[in-house]
Amino acid sequence: MRASRTWRLVAVWTVLTLAAGGVMAWALLSPEPLAARAWFTPGPMTHGHHSIELACGSCHVDAFGGGEVLETSCTGCHGAQLDAANDAHPRAKFTDPRNADLLNVIDARNCVSCHSEHRPEMTHPMGLTLPPDYCLTCHLDIGTERDTHAGLGFEPCASAGCHNYHDNRALYADFLLRHADDPILTAMARVPDRLPGAGVPQPLPSAAPLPTQAPALTGAAMDDWLASAHADAGMGCGSCHAAGGAWVQRPDHTACAGCHGDEVDGFLAGKHGMRLAVDLPPMTPAMARLPMQAQAAHTELGCGSCHAAHRFDVHTAAVESCLSCHADDHSLAYVGSPHHQLWQQEQAGERPPGSGVSCATCHLPRAQHQRAGVTTIRVQHNQNDGLRPNEAMVRPVCQNCHGLGFALDALADPELIRRNFPHAPTHHVESIDMAVRRAEADRARRAVDSSPGP
Amino acid sequence: MTRQPLLTSLTALTALTAMGLLAACGSAPPEAPVSTAPGEAKTITAKAMADGLHAVMSADRTVYTRLIVNRLQNEEKLIKASEHWKEDKALVLPAQMFRFGAEMVAESKPPFSYSLQSLWPINQQNAPKTEAEKAGLAYIAENKGKNYYAEETLGGVKYFTAVYPDNAIAPACVSCHNEHADTPRTDFKLGDVMGGVVIRIPVDA
Repeated sequence: MRASRTWRLVAVWTVLTLAAGGVMAWALLSPEPLAARAWFTPGPMTHGHHSIELACGSCHVDAFGGGEVLETSCTGCHGAQLDAANDAHPRAKFTDPRNADLLNVIDARNCVSCHSEHRPEMTHPMGLTLPPDYCLTCHLDIGTERDTHAGLGFEPCASAGCHNYHDNRALYADFLLRHADDPILTAMARVPDRLPGAGVPQPLPSAAPLPTQAPALTGAAMDDWLASAHADAGMGCGSCHAAGGAWVQRPDHTACAGCHGDEVDGFLAGKHGMRLAVDLPPMTPAMARLPMQAQAAHTELGCGSCHAAHRFDVHTAAVESCLSCHADDHSLAYVGSPHHQLWQQEQAGERPPGSGVSCATCHLPRAQHQRAGVTTIRVQHNQNDGLRPNEAMVRPVCQNCHGLGFALDALADPELIRRNFPHAPTHHVESIDMAVRRAEADRARRAVDSSPGP
Repeated sequence: MTRQPLLTSLTALTALTAMGLLAACGSAPPEAPVSTAPGEAKTITAKAMADGLHAVMSADRTVYTRLIVNRLQNEEKLIKASEHWKEDKALVLPAQMFRFGAEMVAESKPPFSYSLQSLWPINQQNAPKTEAEKAGLAYIAENKGKNYYAEETLGGVKYFTAVYPDNAIAPACVSCHNEHADTPRTDFKLGDVMGGVVIRIPVDA
């Protein structure tokens, strides 16, 4: 009697275990529904990765292996960016055995030592999961090495607006000295013209024959197309709708990439397009962590969500498209701000082209590139590129119009940023002053050294 | 932006030459047998391997400093060498050339590592850290023309550590170091020991 009851319990336990296991396996292996995969997420991801957290395999590329597998994933997406930033602390700096003791404290050879994912309770800005005073692990003696750094307080080096761990392109001492006397506003104060270079294929794919299933283009769509640069260049319906031969009613970013490859690459690298880059359904404002306009919640982001077909108006894409979704304080405060007033004046023809400041002026800047000896100036479509951290924006954006000191002061003031720069910065970053003081002390010392003795 | 092709080639050449020498000497740490012919076996000591590596490094470093930097910058005045070489569209400094080579070699995880250090470093991170580095750099500064050899344990691994003098072989070395804002010493002369090349080879305990 007792034995049969035990067996019954075992049978129930087995059936329940198998059922639960089956459901979990289905959730893990089935591509749909994606939401089921969230059961396995160990914790919410950083703001940089949260929109692709259900594409587990984009970081966990192999079920077998430890941190080195993750490292491959980190550098796969961020490696080129680190190279471009002249990474001040590349892995190669830490592999020498002379650093073995320091690596016991922070293993700086691995990205995940400082950027641990799924740990919201310990994540600081820039996805940092170490206490922000980590610099002192190696640079504890900086106060004795440099007079200018003696007696500095406990404010972390990075949050003072002076240093970054990876990207110091606008912060190193010689650069600060070179721009120590910059005015608040530069003489030109405008962004460079676009210089397309050799990016667009020749001949243009305008001669693609139109499939028979193509609908007739009429009304507003026809007017929009006629007003576009596409029409000027002779790009017909088939160029986008039938790039692969068959008619596509709503071409996606892959159709644009044929001519605008760099722009699409940038889009796929930023938060707007990174879901598409890992084969997830498109990003929507509903998924965003920043405040968004409620009516835009379910807009699916692609090239056309900002550059509305068939007009592809870059001016609309520079402000109106952004504000149709973004509803955080900084975005809302743009309207009426000094930058916005300049933009309106430019649009009204009262100021020269490139002298207004739109959302895109700062967040999708015109950046110079060199490729095979050819210089191009194209719009960087990864709108997050200048925000990791925001000093990355200084050189490609702020310095088109402003002096370095003014820009550093402004970017180190979160409240000024939140209110979208309604006035000149009141916060002051001392880095340029310190570099100048140090250079003057050095000059004075050399003058004494080289003066004839008594 | 990519590094200038000439510099990339030179860096790669340094790495390849070092690796080629290593392969010729046996690809494993010291005491590894090297078959030169059937039935014959030879071993190479850590000291011989370090001395060989240093011979290559020293030659490449001298060539770059004299034939590229000193010639083009100081004599023919065609192009400058700059710490901010990418920004300034300039030649990389000889010390950077050496470090970039060391970093590229390290990426292939060979059984040795090397670095350039000094008792008077422009970058304080290149000051000696370990006891062997401190003793070695002091020794080569005081005993001109001599090398320093020691064993040390770092991170639980025992290393054969060799320190070789790095001398001011061209006027460019002296003028740049004496005039750099971050230099702790301003009276270097041609031929002075300015620092040392530290080579480490892991050895069995």
